[in-house]
Amino acid sequence: MLTIKNLQAKIGEKQILNGINLQVNAGEVHAIMGPNGSGKSTLASVLAGREDYEVVAGEVEFNGKNLLELAPSDRAGEGIFLAFQYPVEIPGVSTINFMKTAVNKIRHYRGQSSLDAVAFLQLMKEKMKLVEIDQSLLSRSLNEGFSGGEKKRNEIFQMAMLQPKLAILDETDSGLDIDALKIVANGVNSLRSKNNATIVVTHYQRLLDYIVPDFVHVIYKGKIVKSGTKELAKELEAKGYDWIKNEAALV
Amino acid sequence: MTPTTATFTFKDILASFDLLTAEDKNTREKSLNNLEQVGFPLSKSEEYKFTPITKLLEKKIKWDHAIAPSTLSSVEPFLIEGLEANLIVLINGKYSTALSKINQLEKDVVITSFADASSSAKAKIETHLGSVDKSKDSFALLNAAFYQEGIFIYVPENTIVQKPLLILHINDANDKQVIAHTKLLAIVEKGSRISIVEKSDSMGEQSCLHTFTEEIIVKENAEFDYCKIQNDHGQIHQISNTTISQLNASKVNTFTLTMDGQLIRNNLTILINGEQCESHFNGLYLLNGNTLADNHTLVDHQKPNSFSNELYKGIMDGNSKGVFNGKIYVRPHAQKTNAFQSNRNILMSETASINTKPQLEIWADDVKCSHGCTIGQLDEEALFYLQARGIPHQSAKAMLLYAFALDVLTSIKNETLKAYLDQLISERLHKNF
Repeated sequence: MLTIKNLQAKIGEKQILNGINLQVNAGEVHAIMGPNGSGKSTLASVLAGREDYEVVAGEVEFNGKNLLELAPSDRAGEGIFLAFQYPVEIPGVSTINFMKTAVNKIRHYRGQSSLDAVAFLQLMKEKMKLVEIDQSLLSRSLNEGFSGGEKKRNEIFQMAMLQPKLAILDETDSGLDIDALKIVANGVNSLRSKNNATIVVTHYQRLLDYIVPDFVHVIYKGKIVKSGTKELAKELEAKGYDWIKNEAALV
Repeated sequence: MTPTTATFTFKDILASFDLLTAEDKNTREKSLNNLEQVGFPLSKSEEYKFTPITKLLEKKIKWDHAIAPSTLSSVEPFLIEGLEANLIVLINGKYSTALSKINQLEKDVVITSFADASSSAKAKIETHLGSVDKSKDSFALLNAAFYQEGIFIYVPENTIVQKPLLILHINDANDKQVIAHTKLLAIVEKGSRISIVEKSDSMGEQSCLHTFTEEIIVKENAEFDYCKIQNDHGQIHQISNTTISQLNASKVNTFTLTMDGQLIRNNLTILINGEQCESHFNGLYLLNGNTLADNHTLVDHQKPNSFSNELYKGIMDGNSKGVFNGKIYVRPHAQKTNAFQSNRNILMSETASINTKPQLEIWADDVKCSHGCTIGQLDEEALFYLQARGIPHQSAKAMLLYAFALDVLTSIKNETLKAYLDQLISERLHKNF
């Protein structure tokens, strides 16, 4: 589904990704871990098409298409979804209206007709249940005055609405208490299927108790320095990141 | 077509005044003499500091007091779809009997051109014209000397005028340049209510100059809703002086929407001459190309216990220029006044600009007043967020601008009018920014 080869990116003059290689297949969950400032969030942003970053080398292929050539909205149309680490507050735009526009723009991109009001409402009701989010919250301005947990739940709600092929969760666990974490994880798990894939970017192992990954990768200084199974995450939890840094220094 | 050489000079203006025939020529001459003393604003003029209007007029307008011809026979494209309204049409500053449609008015309500006014209406016009607007604005004086047409509206006591009044100003500059000077005088008596929508459109490639002077008297417990839609083409120079006088417990809502034009200057003055008054005045300017739009507002609290709230927003793209100046006066006796003002702007290009200036002068000591102005750019992070959800760049931009602009419409009560404005704003944001 997703093939990343030697991806290098910089922001301003500072190079952050130094040659990422990663293969994600349909049905898989990959966790990307690493110490602060290692490039985890940058990778998520570059995949979604954030313009602040300049890709200086490498390739990203997504279902046979060159992802790096596509505008962010077209990437969403192709089935990429980024759950933001810091969801943006947008006064004056309700989540419902926003989602109506987004769902239909994506449907148009795929050559499908718009959902009518009834079908949209039905879809919304169904997905609201999944993340235990209240309709009154969705009628309000997007994320404005939402608590940290509400914002993250809103992200997963949007993900459920847009049914992406590849979901990238950027530190979705940050700022969540354990109950909110469970709700978010349940949402993500129930959306898992053999046709889609998930990349979970996280600093801590905690989230991975609930969203169990097939593979765990550790990024350090803009490179994947270690890959393994979920056991690797446990090891990191027990030992911290220092041994990875030391190992990397020896190479 | 060879461009007409502009000769917008005082000599021409004085010479053409001699040719003018009007019953009230003596009164007009006083205004002309005042204008001669005041002159047209130069670059040093504080009130026109950012708006080089005289320079522009000298370049673009050949002075002429005659009314330009027009062959326009239908105003259908300029109407507001679905809005049931009485209709006044002015073409190139001239009242059109054929195109105006006034029917089903409540008892004793008057809507007429000055020329067609009955003798009792004429008496009221004579008493009140010039009684509210005392400004020494050069263009108010020019208007007073040369006005070609006036519209008079009278709502007697305790009368609710059900249908809004739509006043269409159409400047047809297809063949010749247009110079129009129009007046509006409205008296809303005690306990009455009327809603006026004034819309100006223009056609053709020649230059236009349109001056408005509008005086509105809103008496005790009366309500006045006023919506001004300036949706002209790029060649118009429009200067309006609107003065609204409010008496005890009256309510006024104004909304001014400015889009295209070469230069638009709106002087809006609200004189609060009564207690327990409420005034909401909102504005939105959506500018592009080389348009310059300048909103000068003044709310003058002369009596205690009143409330005013002002919200103006602007989006500037291309080489456009916005100017906002918001004066609030709270006179020594106007204790317990609540006066709020906010001006918020978004600049969409490197070459667009805004000059904004709140100006509060408060002589009373027991008041609540606040003001604030902001100038910003579109939030890039929000833009990316919307795009990451599949909404293409252009739509995402329009969506954010629309969300920014929308709350200026809260004071509009008529749902058809509101829907029309909503659509107009939304379309413009999708196409032009």
